[in-house]
Amino acid sequence: MRSLFNKVLLDIAEKNDRIYMVLADIGYGEIEGFAERFPDRFFNVGVAEQNMTGVACGVAMEGNIAVTYSIANFPTLRCLEQIRNDVCYHKANVKIVIIGGGLAYGALGVSHQATEDLAIMRALPDMVVLAPADFAEAEAAVHAMIAHDGPVYYRCGYKKEPALHGGPIDFRIGRAIQVRDGSDLTLIGTGTITYRAFEAAGILESQGVKARVLSMHTVKPLDREAVLAAARETRAVVTVEEHNVLGGLGGAVAEVLAEAGGGVPFLRVGLPDSYIHLVGSHNWLLDHYGFAPQAIAASARRLLEGRQ
Amino acid sequence: MLKAAEELELKRKALQVRRNILRLIKAGKAGHVGGALSMAEVLTALYFRVMKIDPARPDWPERDRLVVSAGHKALVLYAALAARGYFEEKLLDTYGSLGCRLPGHPDMHKLPGVEASTGALGHGLSIAGGMALGLRLSGLPSRVFVVMGDGELAEGSNWEAAAAAGHHKLENLVVIVDRNGLQISGPTVEVMTYEPLEERWKAFGWATRRMNGHDFGAILKTLGETPFERGKPSAIVADTVKSKGLPFAEGKVEYHYWKPPAEELAQAERDLAEIERTLG
Repeated sequence: MRSLFNKVLLDIAEKNDRIYMVLADIGYGEIEGFAERFPDRFFNVGVAEQNMTGVACGVAMEGNIAVTYSIANFPTLRCLEQIRNDVCYHKANVKIVIIGGGLAYGALGVSHQATEDLAIMRALPDMVVLAPADFAEAEAAVHAMIAHDGPVYYRCGYKKEPALHGGPIDFRIGRAIQVRDGSDLTLIGTGTITYRAFEAAGILESQGVKARVLSMHTVKPLDREAVLAAARETRAVVTVEEHNVLGGLGGAVAEVLAEAGGGVPFLRVGLPDSYIHLVGSHNWLLDHYGFAPQAIAASARRLLEGRQ
Repeated sequence: MLKAAEELELKRKALQVRRNILRLIKAGKAGHVGGALSMAEVLTALYFRVMKIDPARPDWPERDRLVVSAGHKALVLYAALAARGYFEEKLLDTYGSLGCRLPGHPDMHKLPGVEASTGALGHGLSIAGGMALGLRLSGLPSRVFVVMGDGELAEGSNWEAAAAAGHHKLENLVVIVDRNGLQISGPTVEVMTYEPLEERWKAFGWATRRMNGHDFGAILKTLGETPFERGKPSAIVADTVKSKGLPFAEGKVEYHYWKPPAEELAQAERDLAEIERTLG
């Protein structure tokens, strides 16, 4: 997905000469296309994410669109105050892109695992939070991100994620995409883990449970209508996110459901509120932490059984 | 050489800026006075002589920009903007009132002429660097000035920004460090070693000068020579006195933030009246 991201951004930058990339010594093997095509619009500030973000704000304040881009936590946590005070408070047209959300960098360890990003970015006023599920969403999300006037956080996948959507999609910021319909419960996913939720729905179907699947590519602003329709029409909701179970998609959906009242059965599938001490590949870690499609399906069934 | 008449005029403007600072504090009943008064001459010089600006067109693309990185110097920024005509001086009387347009640290969306919202230290130089890059690539001749505090230089992010500005040869960027020697917890020599300041900036690829930050002759000469070297950003260490203009408060750390009792406020007004008398 990160290769696709860079290709799409490069295509857009061919037509829009106000797009700049501000990087902190990163992107080996991916960003050279932009750097070579637009050397004047590409700044490497060295390993210095605070300055990267502040410079991006200044560049944007001169009427441009500035994209910061780095691995996992680097463009968010070290420079969180710059994102808050410089980017969001100024409503600067800065796009913060991370490569490899969740456990994507697997064996590199906790420093490289972005597992609180959705919660933190979601809490910043004026920030749009995007986490596309597959290539189709990723491509559309780059266009939407650039077209949106203001701060955007973009959680990009790391490798060749499988296609969630069979055909063309209608991608709009703040509008969930229904991947399949169902009447017994709704699985809501965000980011690349949504494909596993989709596979879980297939398993559930073979067990006689019809699951609706929503791709919630925009964590903020959240599609409240899609959440409330899911609760009303399927009477049970399960969120699936590659993120700490606190404060991310599950937290956002819980807020909507709680305020609406009605009390449908609800479950958040996410990472436990503790750091990962196992060392292993992305998929191995996901399976270990309850994201195997069979495990998601089993969690959903337990929720339904509790309801009955 | 600065002509005597011109210098006198600038001194009168600086007095007006100091009176505006006092006016703000009187209205708000408190404020960061020390580091505001120490920059009165520098901001007067910038707004009345050095910067290419048009108060009637605060968004004019070709204007020079000033980023006050030490956002707690908001009072001198408001005072100078009002004196220069960006807004009416009576607005200063609303400082501290509910819903006013004068936050304790500047908000660029609230007032014309405020180029960046600051308050957390160590942010302004990065933003200014980004502006300078953006201006250079837009082909605009504008420059970006940054006012920083000396205590602020402990923030590591400044040195990230300084390195990148040197590396990218931001000749249109000028930093002025308010070297008043005091920070909130004490004299800077006790809190953190910042010197040798010129050498530090030089090591990051900057051309530097040191000047008396209260002497208009020195200020205009130094700023007039920027950029000091082709292909380098310029850093100026301005030696100043914190709370300059109020002898009872000058060089005293407890006037970083001042909640004046009535008798001190009256003394401050007498002190500024005395400056006016000496100007003739």
